[in-house]
Amino acid sequence: MTYIDNIAFAILLFLGIGFFVKNIQKLIRNIKLGKEVNRLDNSSARWKNMAMIALGQSKMVKRPIAGILHIIVYIGFIIINIEVIEIIIDGLFGTHRVLSFLGSFYNFLIGSFEVLALLVLVSVTVFWIRRMILKIPRFWNKEMKGFPKNDALYILYFEMVLMSLFLIMNATDVPFQQKNFGNPISQFLVPLFQNFEVNTLFYIERTAWWLHIAGILIFLNYLYYSKHLHILLAFPNTYFANLNAKGQLSNLESVTNEVKMMMDPNIDPFAAAPEGSENDVPEKFGASDVQDLNWVQLLNAYTCTECGRCTSSCPANITGKELSPRAIMMKTRDRLEEVGENISKNGSFVDDGKQLLNDYIKPEEIWACTSCNACVEECPVNIDPLSIIMDMRRYLVMEQSAAPQELNSMMTNIENNGAPWQYNQMDRLNWKDE
Amino acid sequence: MNVPTMAEMMAQGKQPEILFWVGCAGSFDDRAKKITKAFVKILKKAGVDFAVLGTEESCSGDPAKRAGNEFLFQMQAMTNIEVLNSYEVKKIVTACPHCFNTLKNEYPSLGGNYEVVHHTELIKSLLDNGRLSIEGGKYKGQKITFHDPCYLGRANDIYEIPRDLIKKLEVELVEMKRCKSNGLCCGAGGAQMFKEPEKGNKDINVERTEEANATDSSIIATGCPFCNTMMTDGVKATNKEDSVKVLDIAELIANAENL
Repeated sequence: MTYIDNIAFAILLFLGIGFFVKNIQKLIRNIKLGKEVNRLDNSSARWKNMAMIALGQSKMVKRPIAGILHIIVYIGFIIINIEVIEIIIDGLFGTHRVLSFLGSFYNFLIGSFEVLALLVLVSVTVFWIRRMILKIPRFWNKEMKGFPKNDALYILYFEMVLMSLFLIMNATDVPFQQKNFGNPISQFLVPLFQNFEVNTLFYIERTAWWLHIAGILIFLNYLYYSKHLHILLAFPNTYFANLNAKGQLSNLESVTNEVKMMMDPNIDPFAAAPEGSENDVPEKFGASDVQDLNWVQLLNAYTCTECGRCTSSCPANITGKELSPRAIMMKTRDRLEEVGENISKNGSFVDDGKQLLNDYIKPEEIWACTSCNACVEECPVNIDPLSIIMDMRRYLVMEQSAAPQELNSMMTNIENNGAPWQYNQMDRLNWKDE
Repeated sequence: MNVPTMAEMMAQGKQPEILFWVGCAGSFDDRAKKITKAFVKILKKAGVDFAVLGTEESCSGDPAKRAGNEFLFQMQAMTNIEVLNSYEVKKIVTACPHCFNTLKNEYPSLGGNYEVVHHTELIKSLLDNGRLSIEGGKYKGQKITFHDPCYLGRANDIYEIPRDLIKKLEVELVEMKRCKSNGLCCGAGGAQMFKEPEKGNKDINVERTEEANATDSSIIATGCPFCNTMMTDGVKATNKEDSVKVLDIAELIANAENL
């Protein structure tokens, strides 16, 4: 009977980590639905990006208030989690503060965790105020209704509760408080509990301890369903991000082959298709659904934490157009999840009569983009909404011939006279004599 | 003005130092033609041995590509590359950041490998080499703000060179609230130049011009023919035609030097 706590803990830990691993496998499977793109070149530049942007948060501090508060929460999160190692050992083996043999260094560690816990609490509270009291516009765009709004709040509440439990756990640990070292914050909570029996304190401490670890495991499993996945995916996302100049769009290779054939005077236009290629399905141009995007674009969608810096700097969005780069990422993720569930249910994807374009993202959004790269520049974790917009334009124009009328005229002009306007190519040098 | 073409140069057995890629706006748009001429005057003043393609030049394909028409883009690109390669062009300068970006970044994988510079980069190097000199002249002391073209700034990380040139005019360079990597687009990129904007509550160029007006500058400088059009329209829309001028950096320099 004395082992019941340890067994309960082991089961909790096993389930918590087990479900998490299952969800991560699903995540990887879904990302792999994307098309191949080589992002393994130039590993030194990639490691540097990851170190600077994900680990070093270099792009976060471009907006200093949110950036610095975020760094506090981030450091707090990582460092306080060292404590989880002790909690797991204690839980599995029935020990209590097993690492306290480290002596005063242990108390120093716990003391710094307490300070960080308080700082995290303060920062998270400021985050809440920014969202709910100051109502900073980028948290209130129309895509931030329902779950996206609540998701952000749940995360803040979770962090508040976890940090409070950590401090309460320390405050009600009588032997720990008696040492009176390593309790710079929790000592001020002790008076709250001074009229309690030692026994009651023990149970409060145990309850806080259990809730703390259970909370961490629940939070871990909440990640997959939440925008909070960025705490993990920011690292691969910055590593695999595009390294080329932002202005450079990819040149579609399938198009290159066809254009080369068109321009090659030696090619036989009546030649039969090569043996065995009769049933080849020609490659689709551009993207109308998540499977047409590349895997980095899908990773981008899961990484997006919906901070809205992109949308708040998007010229189209600022001037009231339908386009919001954040919504492009959110819709891509929603559709990817839907496709993923479809696969989980049916074994492989069964056509559900829906696609990313039209059912999630409207052409009006796609056509509002000025390709200015403000969203790409702003993203603190190097997400590229513009690449998705461009791939969808390619589908609209090359597969559906569904460009806005004025753009069709522009393209006809380029085809006929080599300029987007109706001027004769032979007049191109007239300016020199005007 | 006398502007040599590559064909003429070739007939004389000459290879110019650099090709000036004029671009469609620079060739046909009445406002942009003035920028083209101003830049040619600077090239001549500095004694740069240059030529243009003239009637052999064709759209770089940028608006087609940004509109999603990869076929048309690659057709344009490959045709242009054939012409450029047949003249053994090594170095290209252009006053259009869209042509600049496309020629520099998107032509190489299609077989077009050239050293491509924006006209502000070339002017800067002419100054650095002492081939050109600027004195404050006409604009001395005036307030000027610089609007970053997206395809020069964010797309290719060129922020300081145009500013260095403006400062050479001994003017007061005032930054807008959103500048450099945070700069706001004029609204023309991504083929928007050629269509009506989607439904919204404001035009992007008006939003941007209001920001420029807030700096109280008498000149909005830019380095892109499309930005120029958009900002000029914005100045009209905000009734500032009498007090604010939109000028390309090449024009500022040519005017300051009375070229």
